[in-house]
Amino acid sequence: MSIRDYPPRDDAGTTRRGFLEALGGGMLVLLVTRDLPAAVGGRPRHAALEGPDAETEAARDAISAWLHIDGQDRVTVYTGKVEFGQGIRTSLAQELAEELRVPMSAITMVMGDTELTPYDMGTFGSRSTPQMGTQLRRVGATARELLIGLAAERWGVPREGLVAAEGRITGGTRGATLGYGQLVAGRQLTETVRENAALTPATAWKIAGTPVPQVGTRDLVTGRHAYTSDLRVPEMRYGRVLRPPRLGATLATIDHTAAVRVPGVTVTRDGDFAGVVAPTPEAAAQALALVRATWRPPATPGDEPASSNIYEYLKTAGERMAGGGGGEEGGRGARPFVQGDAERALAAADHRLQRTYTVAYIAHVPLEPRAAVARWTPDRGKLTVWTGTQRPFAVRDELAQAFGMPPERVRVIVPDTGSGYGGKHTGECAVEAARLARNAGTPVKLVWTREEEFRWAYFRPAGVIDVNAGAARDGRITAWIFDNYNSGPAAIRPMYAIANQRVTFHPVDSPLRQGSYRGLAATANHFAREMHVDELAEAVGMEPLAFRLRNIDDPRLRAVFQAAAERFGWDRASSSGNGRGAGIAGGFEKGGYFATAAEVEADRATGVVRVVRAVTAFDNGAVINPDGLRNQIVGAMIQGIGGALFERIDFAHGVIRNAHLAAYRVPRFSDVPEIDVVLLDRKDQPSMGAGEAPIMAIAPAIGAAIHRATGTRHRALPMMGDSG
Amino acid sequence: MRLDLQVNGRSHSLNVDPGRPLLGVLREELALTGTKYGCGEGACGACTVLVGGQAVHSCVTPVSAALGKPVTTIEGLEQNGRLHPLQQAFVDEGAMQCGYCTPGMVLAGVALLSATPRPSTDEIVRALNGNVCRCGTYPRIVAAVQRAAHGGRPTTEEGV
Repeated sequence: MSIRDYPPRDDAGTTRRGFLEALGGGMLVLLVTRDLPAAVGGRPRHAALEGPDAETEAARDAISAWLHIDGQDRVTVYTGKVEFGQGIRTSLAQELAEELRVPMSAITMVMGDTELTPYDMGTFGSRSTPQMGTQLRRVGATARELLIGLAAERWGVPREGLVAAEGRITGGTRGATLGYGQLVAGRQLTETVRENAALTPATAWKIAGTPVPQVGTRDLVTGRHAYTSDLRVPEMRYGRVLRPPRLGATLATIDHTAAVRVPGVTVTRDGDFAGVVAPTPEAAAQALALVRATWRPPATPGDEPASSNIYEYLKTAGERMAGGGGGEEGGRGARPFVQGDAERALAAADHRLQRTYTVAYIAHVPLEPRAAVARWTPDRGKLTVWTGTQRPFAVRDELAQAFGMPPERVRVIVPDTGSGYGGKHTGECAVEAARLARNAGTPVKLVWTREEEFRWAYFRPAGVIDVNAGAARDGRITAWIFDNYNSGPAAIRPMYAIANQRVTFHPVDSPLRQGSYRGLAATANHFAREMHVDELAEAVGMEPLAFRLRNIDDPRLRAVFQAAAERFGWDRASSSGNGRGAGIAGGFEKGGYFATAAEVEADRATGVVRVVRAVTAFDNGAVINPDGLRNQIVGAMIQGIGGALFERIDFAHGVIRNAHLAAYRVPRFSDVPEIDVVLLDRKDQPSMGAGEAPIMAIAPAIGAAIHRATGTRHRALPMMGDSG
Repeated sequence: MRLDLQVNGRSHSLNVDPGRPLLGVLREELALTGTKYGCGEGACGACTVLVGGQAVHSCVTPVSAALGKPVTTIEGLEQNGRLHPLQQAFVDEGAMQCGYCTPGMVLAGVALLSATPRPSTDEIVRALNGNVCRCGTYPRIVAAVQRAAHGGRPTTEEGV
């Protein structure tokens, strides 16, 4: 069954039995969980499962995945997660294949379609593996036990002694075997998984835990895979949106006389929104250039912040906003996390060190820009939008709200997408495409230009981080005062065992639009923390790795530091100099323990830094796919080099001044060091995500290495400043 | 204006403006969407195609520059269901994540290998440095080019 043949299920009255009938019978296993954030926060109901035989409201509210087995041995999994290059389509299928005892080739993953898949909050926060992966394992284990039961019934034998393997149950009288398809053919079986099924321990895994190649690569190397930006639907035309000359400006007047002379062009104005629709992308660009518009500038203060004074602004504004109270400890709302008495311990410390660190706004630069194809039914009663978003259900709701429709009348479909890194959480492009399509009366494709991506998406927040710490002569860190202005609270608390701490996040009104980015603020917080610890080690007179190990209690964190140091040859490398130096840093976030050692060549005169080699040791529990995991870790390290050394948004007067790729440097082949990865693969620990944590230690490792090479400590990201 | 364009071994007579970027002609007129838009200024390589065997950025190449020369896009590399050795090497090395840069990377690599059949790592880096992989799959892409240059055999014992 292909995704396209799938029966439309718009009718709210469709029942679960109807759903199974539409699938042509077989076995349907639904997963119900109570521990899902999805069950608490949003709109988890699914129209297809409502009706007379639906579960109670509470249970229905938490259906998070379902699995179907048909009479031809085909297994289809429905999950709201999306594939952005992180390999989750592959690793989730591995986990299911493991528990269900089927080959990978039997499984089709239907993902990120608000009409076909259960509600999901989104694909972010490194949650797919620990949450959805575990859930699919439960679904698979339950289905396997049901199939064993069916075979036992069929053969009239006790279920004990029957074995599930390779999509078959074996062990009937005289060694009979039945395929899963034969067991479910012509039947209508539904089961709800409510309890924790017994899961296969990682030590016994045969498919999970092995390096399975990423699914679908043949379509990627042939260009056959259709990203959103490649889609074409009948009657489709191409949109472009009129953009203001600066952030915050509003549309005053518009003259489209010249634009509509371009053949086939429609111009839309709807409040502050204006755009064109044309038969080709080039005609749309041409028409857009012919639109004459005047804009009202926003009311801005005379000292509107710019790249040149952003850190002073964030600090001042953050201090002004302090004392708001509320919020989680050390988190939002400026209520600090407090342990012991940090001021007193600092005053009594043998060594004290106070420093300020800064991080610039940076852009995600997903190579596929935001894109959407929007199609309305002729009566405008139903809207379908294909778009690359990490949060299909949130974008569905955003569309429903924008057009005053019930969410059931909006369908969002997410084709496997050309990356996101946290940058595609929102639905602005989808809303714009839908607006243009509604006005033009035809389906519309809208692909943001690279310049639009830089100017009108959102950034990783800039931030200022003040650290004031004290240590005892014996190398124990005794006091830790940490204030983060604007960058964010993720991983803000130290992973070191420090008796006296005060850790505060100070939110600030950012002059630029900011949002999620791979790792959130954990990268900035690890940068400040690990740079500071490195310098504190120097103040105490200890070797930086030994100093860290002195202050780490968690054995898993110690283990990654030791593993990275060993593979790197830290003992031999750490005492370099003469323009070459090595550094090490690490931490813990999103369930992953990581340490990175890096060696750099740095030119003191020009400020140019080249990372020569880097090793990351990573422990995220039992590894599902070591091949995919290595790909993620190496990719994160390389992406992290950009933010560490040269990525920076340059802005003034509400204008992004380097809004194109030739002016915004991203890592290229020539920036790539020799890289090695050590996977600790703790089969005794739960499997956690890996999309984010491996980006976090490369910047402070490079920073420490630069100091060793040149004697200079760079406390601002990017560390190459303008010498890049 | 009617232009004759030869793409992937087939001739097309197209009514297009000669100044129109080749990228748009390939994607919109010929529905060859394997060639990607990434930046529009020749700074990312996602739009790389071969014109007369040379790798060019189709987003900044007017279609008129391709007249009389064979154009090869990613769709034209597979022959009778068999992947080009470099496409196969990308699959074997797992040299992609989101895959959006892959067509441009493969074509830049094909151009390199036809000029330099056994490139060194430095030569690969220089030849492909105009192609961005934002997911950072660079080491595997280098390994894939080396693998293709060595008859499909891996050249490193253990990749990352």
